[in-house]
Amino acid sequence: MQRYIMSRLIQSVMILMGVLLIVFFMLQLTGDPVSLMVSRNASPEQIEALREELGFNRPMIVQFVDFAAGALTGDFGMSLRHQQPALKLILGRLPATVELASSALFIAMLIGIPLGLLGGSNPRSIWDTLARGAGLIGQTIPNFWLALILIVVFAVNLGWFPSFGRETWSVFGLELPTRSVVLPAFALGVFTMGQLVRFTRSAVLEIKNEDFVRTAYSKGIADRRIYVKHILRNAAIPLISIIGVQFGYLLSGSIYIETIFSWPGLGNLLAEAIGNRDFALVQAIAFFTSLVVVALNLLTDIAYGLADPRIRYGD
Amino acid sequence: MMNQTANAQSTGLLVDEELDRGLWPKVVYVGRLLIRDKAGMLGLAMFLIVVVAAVFAKPIAPHDPLKQNLRVAKTPPAWTEKGNSDHLLGTDNFGRDLFSRIIYGSRVSLTVGFFGVLIAGSLGLIVGLVSGYLGGRVDNVIMGTVNMILALPYLVFVVFIAAILGRSLLNVILIFGFTDIPIFVRITRGEVLRMRESGFVESAHSIGAGKIRILFDHILPNLIGPLITIATFEMSAMIFYEAGLGFLGLSVPPSVPSWGNMLATGRKYLTIYPWIATFPGLAIVFTGLGMNLSGDWLRDVLDPRMRRVKR
Repeated sequence: MQRYIMSRLIQSVMILMGVLLIVFFMLQLTGDPVSLMVSRNASPEQIEALREELGFNRPMIVQFVDFAAGALTGDFGMSLRHQQPALKLILGRLPATVELASSALFIAMLIGIPLGLLGGSNPRSIWDTLARGAGLIGQTIPNFWLALILIVVFAVNLGWFPSFGRETWSVFGLELPTRSVVLPAFALGVFTMGQLVRFTRSAVLEIKNEDFVRTAYSKGIADRRIYVKHILRNAAIPLISIIGVQFGYLLSGSIYIETIFSWPGLGNLLAEAIGNRDFALVQAIAFFTSLVVVALNLLTDIAYGLADPRIRYGD
Repeated sequence: MMNQTANAQSTGLLVDEELDRGLWPKVVYVGRLLIRDKAGMLGLAMFLIVVVAAVFAKPIAPHDPLKQNLRVAKTPPAWTEKGNSDHLLGTDNFGRDLFSRIIYGSRVSLTVGFFGVLIAGSLGLIVGLVSGYLGGRVDNVIMGTVNMILALPYLVFVVFIAAILGRSLLNVILIFGFTDIPIFVRITRGEVLRMRESGFVESAHSIGAGKIRILFDHILPNLIGPLITIATFEMSAMIFYEAGLGFLGLSVPPSVPSWGNMLATGRKYLTIYPWIATFPGLAIVFTGLGMNLSGDWLRDVLDPRMRRVKR
């Protein structure tokens, strides 16, 4: 197990090195990163002054070493627009995004897993049709459009939920979610819900035909017991990895939803930074979210290894 | 296909009985499979409607998609009380006909999807073949890079690149074409590895076929099925992401009628004139459904192993 964790750890560090390279050279794509950051009617002197100030006049390799060293010590540079360290801005927005992503994951699991189980265990029933439909819908409805429709129906017409903003409920210093998270979380989570339905359904269908399930039946064990003890348990292991990957997707994929609902999270910060041409901040957000996603994948792999002995002893 | 048939005859091996009977029985066979799968037939029909709309946009669209007419601005759909039978789905804030704009919008979506998949698919195929067939250190380097790119938060990077490159159709195509290569590399490599160990490659090798010949005559034709299936799903994903970029104002220029741009406009008038955002979104859902259903069907038809599994 230790060897397994070590190899995954090394892999993750290498990925992050690659990310640093990509994030750094992305800005060089246009040839002149400074001209991206200034307004269109800036004079050549102004551009030159900014180039000097940001250190873009230095050799590229020096710039990269500086950038990488900064990033590794937690210094992600300054936001041009806010005149604040980028990391501070990011950490300030993080709680809102974590709240949104975990609520979305919660909703997706609450609907997706039971529906997948019902569909998979009763093929060709009404549950199965529902499960397949939900899987398809999750894959084909763009979340940015669903968000708009949800606002029209549930915020404007029915008035059940607020159409924008985040309100929290403070209990002993803890910020708990309120109903303001419901619409954005549902819109964000619908894709994950579809993935979970599809995955759970096909896992159940597959495991149902395994030898050990037939053996359990032949021993006369009751249906319900077989489902809980044999099928669910075996389906749960690969579900861990799907959920881990999906959580990363939700944390990093909320830019549309946060923009639409004016949700004060990372996605919103990213959209703002792009609107302001604040590319130092964009770089920082790209690196930070990659860091979070890679760390999450690593944790998922470790959890998977702990849950499944075949992986643990495999390589 | 022709090559394979000739091969089978020259070596005296019967590769596939159906191949020897020519093209027509194959078409009939596929057609029969399609009729049996109602969902697949529906999906294909939906997809064809979108293709026809894109190709024949000019004769189909009742209005010029760019023509502004402020006197009829913000007209609701024809079937509502204040609707106008001249504008089936109503008009936007400049009085442009929504139905015509949606028809023309399909051109942007399909162009991005088609060329994006073409670039990603062909480059991914080449890299995947090299990686899978050469193996060893080359394979390690390529797959390391591929896995790294796949581990990145896709949306954040696509938005980042789009913001740097600026709004143009070509940029959007290039962004999706290049960022989607890893998916095709992974599929191709996996299939090549699987086939390299299979009986038919071994027998071709044992009767003296060279590496290049095995690659082109035996492995490549068998890759077409899985690649076309993935291409369908990836194309539908690209159409999504293009609309998303348009929604953020990062795709084609605002003057071009595209579904994403229309959604961005519709969002501003969401609470008072909700139809402006509703219909372009429905167009995206319609296209996505069509492509996903046809993709599922294609997977069953092109991959005989899947055909037997009752889903």
